[in-house]
Amino acid sequence: MFKLFLIGFKDVTLAFRDRAALILMLAAPFVLTLAMGFVTGRFSGADSTGISDIPVVIVNQDDGQLGQTFVDVMTSADLDGLLNSITLTVVSEAYQQVDDDQVAAAVIVPPDFSRTIIPQTEADTQLPPAKIQIYANPNRSVSSGVVRAIVDEFINRLEVARATGQVAVTQLILNGIIAPSEALTVGEQMGERLQAQATDGTGPSDSLTLQLTGQNDQPAPEFDILAYLAPGMAMLFLMYTVSNGGRSILQERAQGTLPRLLVSPTTNAQVLGGKLLGIYLTGLAQMGILIGASSLFFGLKWGDALGVVALILAVVAAATGWGSLLAAIAKTPAQVATMGSAIMLTFGILGGSFISIPLPSPINLLARLTPNSWGQEGFATLGFGGTLAEAATPILALLIMAAVLFAIATVLFRRQAWGK
Amino acid sequence: MSNILEVHNLAKAYGDFQAVKGVSFDIKDGEIFSLLGPNGAGKTTTISMLSTLLAPTSGEASIGGHSVTRDPMRVRQMIGVVPQDLALYEDLSARENLNFWGQMYGLGGAKLKTRIDEVLAQIGLTDKANNRIKTYSGGMKRRVNIGIGLLHNPQLLFMDEPTVGIDPQSRRAILDTVKDLNQRGMSVLYTTHYMEEAQELSDRVGIIDHGTLIALGTQKELTQQVGEHDVLRLHVGESQNVEALAVALRSQAGVLRADATDHAVVVSVSNAAEALAGVVAKAGEVGLKIRSLGIEEPNLEAVFLNLTGRALRD
Repeated sequence: MFKLFLIGFKDVTLAFRDRAALILMLAAPFVLTLAMGFVTGRFSGADSTGISDIPVVIVNQDDGQLGQTFVDVMTSADLDGLLNSITLTVVSEAYQQVDDDQVAAAVIVPPDFSRTIIPQTEADTQLPPAKIQIYANPNRSVSSGVVRAIVDEFINRLEVARATGQVAVTQLILNGIIAPSEALTVGEQMGERLQAQATDGTGPSDSLTLQLTGQNDQPAPEFDILAYLAPGMAMLFLMYTVSNGGRSILQERAQGTLPRLLVSPTTNAQVLGGKLLGIYLTGLAQMGILIGASSLFFGLKWGDALGVVALILAVVAAATGWGSLLAAIAKTPAQVATMGSAIMLTFGILGGSFISIPLPSPINLLARLTPNSWGQEGFATLGFGGTLAEAATPILALLIMAAVLFAIATVLFRRQAWGK
Repeated sequence: MSNILEVHNLAKAYGDFQAVKGVSFDIKDGEIFSLLGPNGAGKTTTISMLSTLLAPTSGEASIGGHSVTRDPMRVRQMIGVVPQDLALYEDLSARENLNFWGQMYGLGGAKLKTRIDEVLAQIGLTDKANNRIKTYSGGMKRRVNIGIGLLHNPQLLFMDEPTVGIDPQSRRAILDTVKDLNQRGMSVLYTTHYMEEAQELSDRVGIIDHGTLIALGTQKELTQQVGEHDVLRLHVGESQNVEALAVALRSQAGVLRADATDHAVVVSVSNAAEALAGVVAKAGEVGLKIRSLGIEEPNLEAVFLNLTGRALRD
């Protein structure tokens, strides 16, 4: 194990002593992020995040006031410019619009939504919890993330209001102001009042404006275009780093250091493992530096720290898998360099590293083979305030991708009796 | 004296091509053994099999009693390898290279540091130890390449054409290093296509050509094996009768053959030291003035030529 790390750390040292590689690993993604930040107005003080008029379709199946309040919020002047919401009545039509890539998401407000939040009768208290469904378009992960953040905030506000009502009724009973048998009646009256306030614009609907706030009443980070661009650029150039690492395996063979390693008292598995570890550690260092620098210089918030760390570990593992596969397929360092450049750009375009563009279904399926696509989705989720659990799907997908690619590369390396 | 290396019918084939065709030899403890042959003769393939890098197609070899095929890790601990091509990390310094490779051989801590200092002194690079390899001359790189092979004090050192493409000064330094290592008790398997190096360094020589070991023994044994003799070359002035001297020498005791050429007589003798006085005296008897005289001992080049009909560098 010691030798494995020895080889890995040696490769990290060599990678960071290569000036040309450093430019592509660190300087290029940083400068490109900076440049795109200027282009999108991120540094000009403009309000624009670079994202606007997100097409959303809403199906309100609720016959109560809260469903209508939700529709009002989504179509309010506050969100004008950010959302382009339309309403439909048939759920399947809404799904179809998402499937046809006409909208970023469909939001379905279920029947009895209002009555599960504010029960009108005793029977209403027995209703299962209502869930607003978001049918997200995977081709537009950032836009659908924005929609989800808005819906989350709406639900959070409702939860606060409901909890407040329950506490109030409980206190009335405990203080002997009302009898337990009167609780339902009082609750209904409170609900009616809530609905009335919502209708005349003085109640909860006011509190459901989309001025997001974070913990301790600090302003929560609104969507920052750099939160999309920075990970995109970082992952784009991560693919360069891993292909460069893959190239180093063949380069060692060409320069004679690989045979020399193989005649030292070291197993083939240790040598191969060390080389792959070197690629992985270099990728981690690159991502760590870029994320640290973007936080420091751009004030970028990447989201839940645990989630970000887990996602970085996973995305670098998947990228390293591609790097090792390249090295296993190619015959010469030059071939790896050529294929690496092609893959870097292709993955960048498919995976949305440059900009999120709607892709036809077959191509979208291909995009899912890239670490960039899953990584972009994961970073978007975390950037919008998602937790590690919410980013679990892309993280898991990346880890599976890494495992499959490593397995294929190892078989190929064994078949070619590498280094000999 | 026991054998550090024993090779029996070792062979390597790549498809239909037989790179090494069943070679057998041994190296004794403390011996310098040279494998002499032209490029493509099978020297590097042989070393690659003995150093466990390549699996033999057939045959067996053992180092210190450990099979290179069945116990490769033990073999690797015992050997040092100086590959023909430079095998260094150009962006690391000499000290960093030595430190990395030393750890790969299980060295560490103060012992490794001491050993690195010793090796740097031995290869004459103490002053430039912290400079990156890419700033070194070809000869300096060659010395670091050798230094890495010595770090863990191997019992048997494989040196695969370590002087190819370097300046005479560095070549001299490398040959002196090999002798020095051997004096300290290290056994060496040295491959080369330079006859002079094999002659200067070796206790015994194996001559390899087209994957076959065609001759094996000490230099003296090899030259005697093919009937090569000492040669005296007498240079005389113009208008002197070299043919008369050649005829006179043919009846001289110890002279095997005498031929007249332009202003010189080439005399083949069984022993140059014994025949020299008589040859010079005979020249005086026929009235010739010798301007210069050279003694050419039989060499491995001649042996190779005799055995294969080709020069070593063909």
